[in-house]
Amino acid sequence: MFLTVTKALLEGFGTTVELFLLTLVFALPLGLIVSFGSMSKIKPIKWLVRTFVWIIRGTPLMLQLIIVFYVPGFIGMWAREQETTNMFIQFLASWKVMDRFVAALVAFAINYACYFSEIYRGGIESISKGQYEACSVLGMSKPQAFFHVVLLQVIKRIIPPMSNEIITLVKDTSLARMISVYEVIWSGEAFIKSEGLLWPLFYTGAFFLVGCGILTIIFNRIEKKLSYFSV
Amino acid sequence: MSILEVKDLTKSFGSTKVLKGISFSLEEGKVLSIIGSSGSGKTTLLRCINGLETATAGKITVNEKVVFDSNITDKKELKALKHNQQNIGLVFQQFNLFPQYTALSNVTLAMKLAAKKRPDYKHNKKAILEEIDATAKKFLDKVGLSDKLNNYPCELSGGQQQRVSIARALAMNPQILFFDEPTSALDPELTGEILKTIRQLAEDNMTMVIVTHEMNFAKDVSDEVIFMDDGVIAEHGTPEEVLVNPKNPRTRAFLNTYEK
Ligand SMILES: Nc1ncnc2c1ncn2[C@@H]1O[C@H](COP(=O)(O)OP(=O)(O)OP(=O)(O)O)[C@@H](O)[C@H]1O
Ligand SMILES: [Mg+2]
Repeated sequence: MFLTVTKALLEGFGTTVELFLLTLVFALPLGLIVSFGSMSKIKPIKWLVRTFVWIIRGTPLMLQLIIVFYVPGFIGMWAREQETTNMFIQFLASWKVMDRFVAALVAFAINYACYFSEIYRGGIESISKGQYEACSVLGMSKPQAFFHVVLLQVIKRIIPPMSNEIITLVKDTSLARMISVYEVIWSGEAFIKSEGLLWPLFYTGAFFLVGCGILTIIFNRIEKKLSYFSV
Repeated sequence: MSILEVKDLTKSFGSTKVLKGISFSLEEGKVLSIIGSSGSGKTTLLRCINGLETATAGKITVNEKVVFDSNITDKKELKALKHNQQNIGLVFQQFNLFPQYTALSNVTLAMKLAAKKRPDYKHNKKAILEEIDATAKKFLDKVGLSDKLNNYPCELSGGQQQRVSIARALAMNPQILFFDEPTSALDPELTGEILKTIRQLAEDNMTMVIVTHEMNFAKDVSDEVIFMDDGVIAEHGTPEEVLVNPKNPRTRAFLNTYEK
């Protein structure tokens, strides 16, 4: 029985890990772009981006999941009912209900990009103006100053809040079951219904503990690696 | 021929006039000290000359090359002027070293990035980088830090950090080196080593402009002294004229606050 459960849970956990990793792959760079937007000198861009971040951070991830999953399908349905030659509406008509996993990924990536962007912004804004000025006086360009001087200092500053947020993401992936993504808790819960077994549920907890434990070790390593300088 | 010429320079932040028409020039190899009370615009003047701040009006010439002219409005031309600004070095009050780089790398970083644009960079990469390292070591040696090449800023005293930043500025081979209160962020017992370094540079005929509150130092290192008061040059002359026998009552009042 133990083997059967382990196999079932591993399958669910595979989806969890996949969702987790893919969310990071998209949200980490997207967050940087969003943070640049929220610091933009062009006021309309800045306020548009900040309002978007405010909405995403101010509403439950669960709601965002459901919206991302259902809304495109509904728009497509509405568009198909229209009798029009409008190219845009015809394009909308091609929208079908999203794949569950893709919908979850989109919602998670957008949500976490917004959280990450605020951490990036805090980190970037905390670097003293003097660093940029020293670069400028030495004839470096702005991108050179950012990538060769500022970035590593920002990374050092944001590692603690980022590790918090990323560990929260591990656990948040379980929300994906809201739109029927077969993740690890679901696979554990299935045994209550089918076999009347409770322990697989606790077993799923062990998967999360191990996952978060590994991440904690990785982040401690990075922190140690960057401890040779102080910002 | 003067290496630095500042003409009718003004600078306002919003409606506050900070510089109200500054004109002076400096000969090559001379040391100019700028003194004046807090808020008189000394830092702003330095920042305008270095291009960290854009002046409102006036003209600045370095080694006969215009680096700022408020009559030029064409964006492309202005950009070209910025390029001439690279002949000016600046040492900050707060050092502004790059914390993640060693003393040596702090000095080499800008040179190595600039070297990438050289057409022969790909072929001669190794030789070019070695040459840059050698240059950096020469300047760190000059400021007495050849035993700290591989230390990070957080492992150095304030005085040592400031000397690294001086080496970093020197390595760019500036025609004029500016200092903005280079000893103000240091404990009194550490100011001596910085002043000694600057004295050595003066002996090597480095052209320097030094904003300082160290009156005795200004007296014996400078060829000229400017006393700034409320955005204008209130007095300009030899250290003897300005610091010992000032004509302007404002200068006298200012110097009196230092006697105590
Ligand atoms: N970025 C800025 N925005 C608005 N006002 C500024 C700015 N920078 C400087 N000022 C104002 O300009 C005036 C001159 O400042 P500045 O720093 O040049 O004086 P300073 O002579 O260097 O003084 P200190 O001896 O204290 O360093 C001050 O009143 C200051 O408040
Ligand atoms: Mg100042």
